[in-house]
Amino acid sequence: MTIDANTVRRVARLARLKISDSEAETLQDELSSILGWIEQLEEVDVEGVEPMTSVVETQMRLRSDEISDGNYPDKIVSNASLSEDNFFMVPKVVE
Amino acid sequence: MTEITKLTLKQTRDAIVNKDFTAVEATQAYLDNIKKSEKLNAFIVTTEEKALTMAKQSDERVAKGEAGLLEGVPLGIKDLFCTQGVQSTACSHILDGFEPEYESTVTSNLWQDGAVMLGKLNMDEFAMGSSNETSYYGDVVNPWKANDSDKTLVPGGSSGGSASAVAANLCAAATATDTGGSIRQPAAFTGTVGIKPTYGRCSRWGVVAFASSLDQAGPIAKNVEDCAIMLESMASVDKKDTTSVDTPVPNYAEAITGDIRGMRIGIPKEYRVDGMSDEISALWQQGIDLLKDAGAEVVDVSLPHTKYALPAYYIVAPAEASSNLARYDGVKYGLRVPGKDIVEMYENTRAEGFGDEVKRRILIGTYVLSAGYYDAYYLRAQKIRTLINQDFVNAYQKCDMLLTPTTPTAAFAHGSKSGNPVEMYLNDIFTVTVNMAGLPAISVPAGMSANGLPLGLQLIGKAFDEASLFNVSSVIEKATAQNISSPESWWA
Repeated sequence: MTIDANTVRRVARLARLKISDSEAETLQDELSSILGWIEQLEEVDVEGVEPMTSVVETQMRLRSDEISDGNYPDKIVSNASLSEDNFFMVPKVVE
Repeated sequence: MTEITKLTLKQTRDAIVNKDFTAVEATQAYLDNIKKSEKLNAFIVTTEEKALTMAKQSDERVAKGEAGLLEGVPLGIKDLFCTQGVQSTACSHILDGFEPEYESTVTSNLWQDGAVMLGKLNMDEFAMGSSNETSYYGDVVNPWKANDSDKTLVPGGSSGGSASAVAANLCAAATATDTGGSIRQPAAFTGTVGIKPTYGRCSRWGVVAFASSLDQAGPIAKNVEDCAIMLESMASVDKKDTTSVDTPVPNYAEAITGDIRGMRIGIPKEYRVDGMSDEISALWQQGIDLLKDAGAEVVDVSLPHTKYALPAYYIVAPAEASSNLARYDGVKYGLRVPGKDIVEMYENTRAEGFGDEVKRRILIGTYVLSAGYYDAYYLRAQKIRTLINQDFVNAYQKCDMLLTPTTPTAAFAHGSKSGNPVEMYLNDIFTVTVNMAGLPAISVPAGMSANGLPLGLQLIGKAFDEASLFNVSSVIEKATAQNISSPESWWA
């Protein structure tokens, strides 16, 4: 399994990671070698096997739909690098 | 005073409760050791003032006769745990300056039981690594050195700071987490004891998420009994983590009787991998012999899908990580690097904030989850997990637990494996199957390599049977203790 530099750039874009051309080249080799190693899974017969969705058999617990916490917007934004009036600040998205 | 730090957690707690020395004295002794341990780089934050305040409160509780399970015991906390008002960064640049407004459930349980926080421990960035060489705060150094070389060695990872700190007597015990071996492999590399409990035994709430279906918190401690006491405190059902399991937490220390007569110990033949060193084979055989001598029955078992666990892990873990780490975008917390628009701000922040290993895993995870690949990779890996789990179910019809080596080698030198990601991943070959199946497993020191480094054996149990793991590992500990020395304190 080899992936090309364009695929690396496309995936990086999906993951919102800026990468330089030289990084794309290094990553192309590294990711190809990891994916190549993973390829051995193709020899396993998984016909009719259910995917594992939970490691411990449990039933999802239900709780009543009540507010049990909150009313501290100042705490929610306290770690933001930029906030105003308890809002997170981001660059303008809509003109 | 320095002698206090050589005591076990249990001895420390008992001495404080019996007023042989105070929690403040114990805390100060550990703080003094931490100050002299810069060369190990195990602690990234020391919360001296908070520690002394907590110790003072502990002494007040002792005076009132209200001592808890961990009364006055000074602990180190892996930086993956959110601690209120104290920097919690998962040792990543992207969480620069993050001081949570809340406390993780596991650490809350520890403070509830009277423990004292000494500070935050170094780790691989976002717990991604097997050598503690990916931390933004630099490499952690193993207190052990080989007797034929002066090279510094890795403590293992990702809980390298926890393991190094416990081995060097910088804390009485430490919290750690294990997604693919991150508690057991560093415990083996440092001559300490570490347990990864059953998935769901400890709450994951307030623990920075790496791979949510695999992550589990557990302790690293100086011996088996200390580990048992720590886990009793850390484990709980938690409304804030619906995957935490509502099963009573036993008194694990009480389960350590040393009587293992009639226990059936399985030896999985697939763990005899090609190229296993004679040293590791001999260690394993010695473990088999001593459990037989103690009255256990040893049976051969087969876990046929063992070899697929690690490659399947490298689909599941990066896939879940790429999703979990999407939250680091420069908006809500941590680092923010400006850009001409919001997307460029995200991209710049994540490019600067994440280290190379984290980026690799995010990209692998994004790739295997991207359109057209989900069935071929993630779904297939989850099906293989079912097969791995079935292997254990079948094996447990013939035995009560499994004995294997913890790692393929002893601790290695810094830089010796960082050039090749796959070679580094192979460190977790004996530990990762357990995470895939959600089972508990403990690593206990069982011998020394020819060049004087500690080696560990792993016991893998049935779901929620941690108690038996503590009991059987205590037999290995007792039988091998006289062969295992302590590291020379070259760093102080």
